[in-house]
Amino acid sequence: MDFAPTTEQELVVDSVRKFVEQECYPHEQEVERTETVPAEVGEAIRRKAIENGFYAANMPAELGGGGLDTLTMTMMERELGRTSFALQAFVHRPSNILRACNDEQAERYLHPTIRGERMDCLAMTEPGAGSDLRGMKTTAVRDGGDWVINGTKHFISHADLADYTVLFAATGEEETPRGKRKKITTFLVDHDTPGLEVREGYRSVSHRGYHNCILNFDDCRVPARQVLGEEGAGFDLANTWLSASRLTVGTMCVGRARRAHEMSVEWSASRKQFGQPIGRFQGTGFKLADMATEIEAAEMLCLRAAWLHDQGRMSDQDAAMAKLFASEMLARVTDNAVQIYGGMGLMDELPIERFWRDARLERIWDGTSEIQRHIIARSLLRPHGA
Amino acid sequence: MKVLVPVKRVLDPYVKVRVKQDKSGVDLSNAKMAMNPFCEIAVEQAVRLKEQGVASEVVVVSAGPQQSQETLRTGLAMGADRGVLIPTDVALEPLAIAKLLKAVVDKEDPGLVLMGKQAVDGDNNQTGQMLAALLGWAQGTFISKVELQDGAAQVTREIDGGLETLQVKLPAVLTVDLRLCEPRYASLPNIMKAKKKPIDTHSPEDLGVDVTPRLQVSRVEEPPARQAGIKVESVQELVKKLHEEAKVI
Repeated sequence: MDFAPTTEQELVVDSVRKFVEQECYPHEQEVERTETVPAEVGEAIRRKAIENGFYAANMPAELGGGGLDTLTMTMMERELGRTSFALQAFVHRPSNILRACNDEQAERYLHPTIRGERMDCLAMTEPGAGSDLRGMKTTAVRDGGDWVINGTKHFISHADLADYTVLFAATGEEETPRGKRKKITTFLVDHDTPGLEVREGYRSVSHRGYHNCILNFDDCRVPARQVLGEEGAGFDLANTWLSASRLTVGTMCVGRARRAHEMSVEWSASRKQFGQPIGRFQGTGFKLADMATEIEAAEMLCLRAAWLHDQGRMSDQDAAMAKLFASEMLARVTDNAVQIYGGMGLMDELPIERFWRDARLERIWDGTSEIQRHIIARSLLRPHGA
Repeated sequence: MKVLVPVKRVLDPYVKVRVKQDKSGVDLSNAKMAMNPFCEIAVEQAVRLKEQGVASEVVVVSAGPQQSQETLRTGLAMGADRGVLIPTDVALEPLAIAKLLKAVVDKEDPGLVLMGKQAVDGDNNQTGQMLAALLGWAQGTFISKVELQDGAAQVTREIDGGLETLQVKLPAVLTVDLRLCEPRYASLPNIMKAKKKPIDTHSPEDLGVDVTPRLQVSRVEEPPARQAGIKVESVQELVKKLHEEAKVI
């Protein structure tokens, strides 16, 4: 086994780290306090990300993307995870599901999105359908050559920045050996389509400046050519193209945990109480040791799952373990960071309280910790017929 | 015109430096290494000269441990065309590096050597000047601005009293200061291209240079910890202390 990153991987990590430190860090506090990314700041990050080829780094090089494999992408996203979620979003990675575009759709959606001229978002979650996605009530019904969409999606990340949505909607039911099941179909819906309203979502305690949105579909009519992939194959598409998105969450947790830990180490070495650096007290030193150990473990899980993904061998369980452990690790690490910093850890003068607040969301989105445990347990028990 | 840019692998400037327990040197085990920041500025300037059509080729050269190859790759990822590696485990002194670089200049015949004014590890600030002397070339040190025209370089130097503008005949050795330019990010496409760019390897023996150290390091120590300052009651007291204790006025 070779655990050493390649020279290219090291160069990518170094360069992206510098980018994040120089282009994103200086704006973090303003974004946090105003709960928004100033338009010119977001635009500058986007432009520089495009110039340096970091934009759409996940997309194949022959399509104009960066052509990074999942492993290198996971390392790059770890570095992006160090900064504010709202700011790093401008180093956009188009959803991999766009790779399912047919040639005609690719011209209208995939290619301009890779070039940074258009931007996608992904709409699955509904007020009544979170973990239970198949419970979605948004429907698309055939009408002549068109589909008519009705329903509401919420928690739709970056829909305020995007100009089209990759929408999952129920398109009828099918009989399966385990009873009736909703058929889910994926659509490409332009945000200027009549009948679609993109509304501001809720204010969140985590990731300030990043906005989730509510999408209302009211007799929103789209032509048949807007169907992405096959009718009724929405979940297959998601399984094929979105399985690695849990690694994105996991690896970004690792990046943020590293930053919180680095700050905690520096603080523990410089802050003196009772005549010595607080790190010398076992209560603090052991915390630092546990944090470091858990970060390494989470990183290994993420990188190993990414490597398996590149080999075409990543299972649901691998991704679930990486996401579960990394997001729960981040919660413990940031909580310890607050404890080490004491009162200052909760003040918004320092980013520690933000890391701690932001960490809370990671255990919920892209599959809650409970869902990840369910996936892992299921894959353990299934071979035994249970 | 070909531009040669020597680059050095040093301890990452953002990493805390620790002296080895036996005081024989700085502890580099498991330490993060990086390209010397002044070398980065030199590479950036060379690549800009190429983009402006003034330079035809940018060659980066590094002498040091085998891993200096990574530093060369960083230069290639910033836009240099090819690399020259001089691997050696000997702790190189400025004169040895200058001699190695002279041998590379003799082989490569560049019209300009652009290099950092110093490396942030030893802070010697000698190699560029020694190289110019060995070559018998003109030199411009601590430059914060450069313009090339008609076989000469117009350079602005950062000196104690302010700025000095000089005309330097080419070929020349120019050593760059902090404010010359801001190094770019290694872009993803350039990182991928860097993999395919050639790196030639010459040992010091191939180049006919004896790199045996001439200096002996007896001890390396951390600088003394800074003492807290004091408050003075009056200007008179301040002046008195500056005169009698600090002896600066």
